Amino acid sequence: MMHAYLYLSIILFCLGIVGVVARRNVFTVFMSIELMLNAANLAFVTFARVHEGMDGHVLAMMVMAVAAAEMAVALAVVILLHKHKSKLDTNVFSLLKG
Amino acid sequence: MEQCVDYLGLIPLFPLLGAVLIGLLHVFTCKRTVLPEKVYGILACIGPVLSFVLALKVFFALKVLAPEARFLSHKAFTWFSVGDLHINMGFLADPLSCLMLLFVTFIGSLIHIYSIGYMGGDKNYGKFFAYMNLFLGSMLVLVLGDGPVVMFVGWEGVGLCSYLLISFYSEDRSNVLAGNKAFIVNRVGDLGFVLGMAFLFWGIGASGFDYLALKANVKHLEPTIALIVCLLLFVGATGKSAQIPLYVWLPDAMAGPTPVSALIHAATMVTAGVYMVARFSFLYAGVELAGNIVAWIGMLTALLAAIFGMFQADIKKVLAYSTVSQLGYMFAGVGVAAYSAGIFHVFTHAFFKALLFLGAGSVIYALHHEQNIWKMGGLKNKMPKTYITMLIGALALAGCPPFSGFFSKDEILYSSLATGHFGIWAVGVLVAGMTAYYTFRMIFVVFHGEPRDHHAYEHATDAPQVMTVPLIILAVGALLAGFFNLPGIFGGDQMVSHWLAPSLSEHHHASVGLELLTIVASVAAVALGIWKAYTKFGQGAPEPSFSGFADFAYHKFYVDELYDRIIVQPYKAIGSKIWQVIDPNVTDAPVKGVSRLYMVLGTAFKVFQVGYVRIYALYMVLGLSIMSLLLSQSLH
Repeated sequence: MMHAYLYLSIILFCLGIVGVVARRNVFTVFMSIELMLNAANLAFVTFARVHEGMDGHVLAMMVMAVAAAEMAVALAVVILLHKHKSKLDTNVFSLLKG
Repeated sequence: MEQCVDYLGLIPLFPLLGAVLIGLLHVFTCKRTVLPEKVYGILACIGPVLSFVLALKVFFALKVLAPEARFLSHKAFTWFSVGDLHINMGFLADPLSCLMLLFVTFIGSLIHIYSIGYMGGDKNYGKFFAYMNLFLGSMLVLVLGDGPVVMFVGWEGVGLCSYLLISFYSEDRSNVLAGNKAFIVNRVGDLGFVLGMAFLFWGIGASGFDYLALKANVKHLEPTIALIVCLLLFVGATGKSAQIPLYVWLPDAMAGPTPVSALIHAATMVTAGVYMVARFSFLYAGVELAGNIVAWIGMLTALLAAIFGMFQADIKKVLAYSTVSQLGYMFAGVGVAAYSAGIFHVFTHAFFKALLFLGAGSVIYALHHEQNIWKMGGLKNKMPKTYITMLIGALALAGCPPFSGFFSKDEILYSSLATGHFGIWAVGVLVAGMTAYYTFRMIFVVFHGEPRDHHAYEHATDAPQVMTVPLIILAVGALLAGFFNLPGIFGGDQMVSHWLAPSLSEHHHASVGLELLTIVASVAAVALGIWKAYTKFGQGAPEPSFSGFADFAYHKFYVDELYDRIIVQPYKAIGSKIWQVIDPNVTDAPVKGVSRLYMVLGTAFKVFQVGYVRIYALYMVLGLSIMSLLLSQSLH
């Protein structure tokens, strides 16, 4: 039973990675990041159930709070990026090119 | 047995503080003349005069003690400690250093006062006095240091200041070169001194490296090591005190202002070597061979410099070679283990040589910086005070009784005869005659006969009082200093020798016959020399043109040119070869290689920096995957 949850968690996490790496729209990247966070949450909660402790639950709540805070900042960043170049394509922002 | 007095450290401190103060004042005011010159001059004189007063205090403090217990010491702070070795910044006053202190500070003060007049109108007035104070302070550190290491601080200090002061008129390239020469030649000697110290430390330095400890342990030193130490230290002395083969810098040192020459020749710097040998008398006394080498090199230097001195045309060069020659006498004295005689000659020489240089400075000042004696003449009517004081100085230098030089030179000659060094005695008597000749040649040409340059003659007058008063004081000193050490034969009791006895390891000999022989011989040689000079130059003589040996001697046996050919030029050639071949290929190649390596690596890694945020995310994913893979591997 536990393994099913964990496999789901891994699949969600990998989908998130693919989204972050492959997609170029800033919003899609953020959604993919959220997906990865929730995959991690799922793993936490699963382990918490298995070990019958509260640690995993607490951490899951923590991750949700952090994710919400992060979203608030990230959306502000997205607005600034859009003001800067009028685009939401991550390839446009390549100032660190060596 | 040692008494601790804390004012000892103040003696060198006063001139050093003066140097810092005047130097700062000069730096802040040199752009615009805010302060009158006098301020610098008077500030500069305070330090030396205070040091002299303290030196007198030291003298009286020592005097009340029993002769064997005459040690005053002051440890300012521990300079550095390595293992069990503690080198203190300590000062030691015993009869030897006290005597040096007295005349160094006394003559140094007079020269400072004289400089107020001589340097008037110079735009670097402040700088000059800062250097002069530093010079005197370094010399006092050298004299007062309680061990070879502290002495070396002063030793290097006077070397530095001589460089700064010799090239003081730095607008002229030849002066700068003279300064460089003095500095570099002194470095050669200093290497000897450092090596000597190292050997001494290796031998007996383990249980303390100050004079008292060394003196107590000297009997444990192996004879061969002792000989090596003596000779290496003497190499240092030949550099600082201008002996063969390192004497070449001193005549060139005339490029500096005349008070500097006086200070270098009379009170500081050149006497350091003699002082050092006397200071290590406990060492030299045990190694007869080293003493003989010192004595012979000294005497040969005396002879060589006297030959050069007889043919020079520059008034300061004549005096410079006379200094080299007299230093040779001093080394002959300390070499034959007559340390007190050598130091006594240092003492009397300081008076009459300072006098002669300051007198020559007055002449040069009056003639608007003319130094060629063949453009002078007949000046005795125009400059009577300078003439009379310089005549006294010349009589003392020539060794004419009863002037001071006679007693001290006679003491050295007599000691060499009494210790069985007949050769040194004979050369010494010969040199005495030659000294009298070249000294009076200078006096007759400059002051007697007809004026050679009428324009300069018309305007020549005695210098202002600030310059003549020191001359008169020094003349009195040159006249009377000899009586401090009046030998028994004249009814004296050799006060200086007895005073110095606790500091030195020497034996006194007494033989009335030998002493009489020496006196008769040297007086005869001096009389002959003066008479010869009088017949040749007394009535005025035209500038001679030299040929044969005289020309050879006028060009100083081409020693400078020889050194240039066999040492300086090859050295320069090696230097430029290193610069052209080794520097670009051996030294630069690895340095450039490293920078090229980083460039190549940088270019190679540049391709990873694509600038797209998703690629960076991919790197993170890859990195984390690899790390977690490795982590899980290591867990199983």
